[in-house]
Amino acid sequence: MGYTENELAKDLENQEYKFGFVTDIESDKAPNGLNEDIIRFISAKKNEPEWLLDHRLKAFATWKTMTEPSWAHVHYTKPNMQEICFYSAPKQTKKYESWDDVDPEMKETMKKLGISMEEQKRLTGVAVDFVMDSVSVATSFKSKLNELGIIFCSFSEAVQEHPELVRKHMGTVVPTSDNYYAALNSAVFTDGSFCYIPKGVRCPMELSTYFRINEGGTGQFERTLVVADEGSYVSYLEGCTAPQRDENQLHAAVVELIALENAEIKYSTVQNWYPGNKEGIGGIFNFVTKRGICERNAKISWTQVETGSAVTWKYPSCILKGDNSVGEFYSVAVTNNYQQADTGTKMIHLGKNTKSTIISKGISAGKSQNSYRGLVQIHKNATNARNFSQCDSLLMSDECGAHTFPYIECKNSSAKIEHEATTSKIGEDQIFYCQQRGIHIEKAISLIVNGYCKEVLNQLPMEFAVEAQKLLEISLEGSVG
Amino acid sequence: MNDTIQVNKLNAFIDQLTKTDLPFSKDIIAISDATIASNDFPTTRTEAWKYTRVGKISSIHGNDSELIIDKISDSHIIDANALTFVFENGELIQQFSNKEIPKGLDIKSISQASETELALIGKNVKLEKEVFNSLNTSYATDGIFVKIDDKIQLEQTIQIIHIVTGENTISNMRNLIQIGRFSEAKIIFGYFSSEATSSFTNVVTEIFVSENAKLTADKIQYESAGNFHVSTEQVAQEKNSNFSINTITLNGTLVRNNLNIEIDGSNCETHLNGVYLLKENQHVDNHTIVDHKAPHCESHELYKGVIDDKATAVFNGKVFVRKDSQKINAFQSNANVLLSDDASVNSKPELEIYADDVKCSHGSTTGQLNEEAVFYLRARGISKKSARHLMVSAFIEDVISKIKNEEVTNFTHSIIKEQFGWEF
Repeated sequence: MGYTENELAKDLENQEYKFGFVTDIESDKAPNGLNEDIIRFISAKKNEPEWLLDHRLKAFATWKTMTEPSWAHVHYTKPNMQEICFYSAPKQTKKYESWDDVDPEMKETMKKLGISMEEQKRLTGVAVDFVMDSVSVATSFKSKLNELGIIFCSFSEAVQEHPELVRKHMGTVVPTSDNYYAALNSAVFTDGSFCYIPKGVRCPMELSTYFRINEGGTGQFERTLVVADEGSYVSYLEGCTAPQRDENQLHAAVVELIALENAEIKYSTVQNWYPGNKEGIGGIFNFVTKRGICERNAKISWTQVETGSAVTWKYPSCILKGDNSVGEFYSVAVTNNYQQADTGTKMIHLGKNTKSTIISKGISAGKSQNSYRGLVQIHKNATNARNFSQCDSLLMSDECGAHTFPYIECKNSSAKIEHEATTSKIGEDQIFYCQQRGIHIEKAISLIVNGYCKEVLNQLPMEFAVEAQKLLEISLEGSVG
Repeated sequence: MNDTIQVNKLNAFIDQLTKTDLPFSKDIIAISDATIASNDFPTTRTEAWKYTRVGKISSIHGNDSELIIDKISDSHIIDANALTFVFENGELIQQFSNKEIPKGLDIKSISQASETELALIGKNVKLEKEVFNSLNTSYATDGIFVKIDDKIQLEQTIQIIHIVTGENTISNMRNLIQIGRFSEAKIIFGYFSSEATSSFTNVVTEIFVSENAKLTADKIQYESAGNFHVSTEQVAQEKNSNFSINTITLNGTLVRNNLNIEIDGSNCETHLNGVYLLKENQHVDNHTIVDHKAPHCESHELYKGVIDDKATAVFNGKVFVRKDSQKINAFQSNANVLLSDDASVNSKPELEIYADDVKCSHGSTTGQLNEEAVFYLRARGISKKSARHLMVSAFIEDVISKIKNEEVTNFTHSIIKEQFGWEF
């Protein structure tokens, strides 16, 4: 390992010379492929401390020994790691030169979601002046958070400014060797979010990546770390209802939540990455590792609305380590056309009197495949553990599939575990009832679907819930005929 | 990286077995031989064996001991009025078996059947990568051949009793059962042991239920502790047929049941019920597959288990509804009661559905006896022990009551009383 950063820099200089790269922009992009040098390059670019580079290299070494998992109920061509560019500097790129260039279909969708014009422009990446509103809101937010001692910033900022916190918690919930994509992420992650809530503080607002300052392209390997110190509360929102297009095909994020004693974390996600076109070409692979750990009396609640991505592979989990801790998982997963989703949760009960609730609602339409895969594990010392799981699937076409793969493992006789799942389609009588009352069939279906997902949507913060409802409607548009 | 040299235990295991001389199709034997040559015993890395370790089976070294049964005790006869066929270590014992066979029924040892009669052997049983099925196919000793003609209502129940004896015995029993069109039959399988230790029984039963036929099967597993049992029932149902099976597992160190039902025709009805009662170090693993390949069918599955001491129960139920198999009603339920802190349960009820106009549901519960209910009974002067027994029996009686044959019900009750002390 005699290769130093200086040597790397020299090499790169030579390389630039060799290929005649002159512009600064180009030098911010790593060559395609993955090797130790690329990782050193990323780390050097981000001016990271030695320990973090070590962490990355260790993860990379582990990753090399691993193979891509194939147990999920999805089929896709495995991405070639050597063809991916693992680092390109966050640029304020203009995706479109002017508003007129934006895909009309996308404009239409955003209009239906009720997103303001300004917001629409920002989201599509049209070069516009900063939206005054959003900046001022963000700034006032930030000062308010500072007052309370809440740290909410990008991951790289946190590495520079709060290295002790990052070092202490990073990788404690999702170790580098956890799985293929988590290892990959640990080796090459570029940026993400960091959030720390001090002892006894109740975060007064919903924290959303959306309002985060210094937001740039967080890249395809996002890393999120949320630490809620003793007795604190935070509600964190990730994603956005607006459709997100991205040139990166592979997204492998890692999210770690740490809820210390008496703390509570509520983590809501709306995922709406590009799902590919109607023939199932293109679209994003979303391979995410999300996990939280609960200390004594702590609570972690995951809520997700998944409508996008060509292939989703995601299991937000809770490790209920402390006594009396609570884990919750509420999910709506919608697949249409050729989308495939294999999603669910893991509830690992280690402490006494731990409780978990799983509500999963799958909706499949078109030619899509939607699977729920869950694990409920009650360990020997988890006396009086309690789990309730409900996984319902709604089928909306005769070519789609809905599957349930629950794993229930119990090693304690005082535990109570209940699991139930149903699969059905929207009843003709239900539709008839609505139509008879003058409700158009599309509206009727959206009404029924919304009712079906109510339990989950109710868990979302208000504004999010309204948007999510509309999103469901749009995702299923034209799927019933 | 694992640098240790993997020793293939299966190679050593087959050395002690004799190749089958039953007239099975050469293609089938070739497939199963290939599987044995290229695989080893499954490990917990194989999804279907995730919770069950078979290492102990691989170390059984086999013996050539003589058959020892000279008389058949009542404890091995489930239904005294039935047409009975007794097997010891996979071989038919003529002297205890019925000789008078009713009209319309062909029943004999499989070794007496011709190659044409055995044409269906291996038709549906999965052999690729399935080590135990392949072992059974390539090294089958004997088994029962049952063929019921069309339009026969068989009054008498057929009873197949398998008794394993001796130490380190390996028996590969292969059965073929065919029910003709518009016929109806009842069959009992009893798996017992007598003076056996470390024995391994590996049974494959292929069942074909033709159009408009009805078959009811009851399977009782009561091999003593220290013995290993793996069995596969491969069932194929044609249209308008009705098949029910009750699997009662009451003893055995390691029991693995693979119950695979393929429903090839429309308007079929299928019932799968199971009870497993475990104590000490027992391990019972029930894997079921209901594959709905045709529309307008109904399947009901109910498995219940009571697990005590350090025992482990595994339940894996799969329901497939294939594309275009519309109007399917498929229900699956698994309930477990844990009586001890060292007992464990792994339950995995799965649904894979590719058609939309279906009603499918599954449920799984794991819990313990309701202490309030125990208190209620104790407040009425019932001892704690009796109260618990009463509750456990009520819990499993739900499934036992599905057994239609009274003799089987009585037999089950008496074994449960003997084995666990629970009264009904």
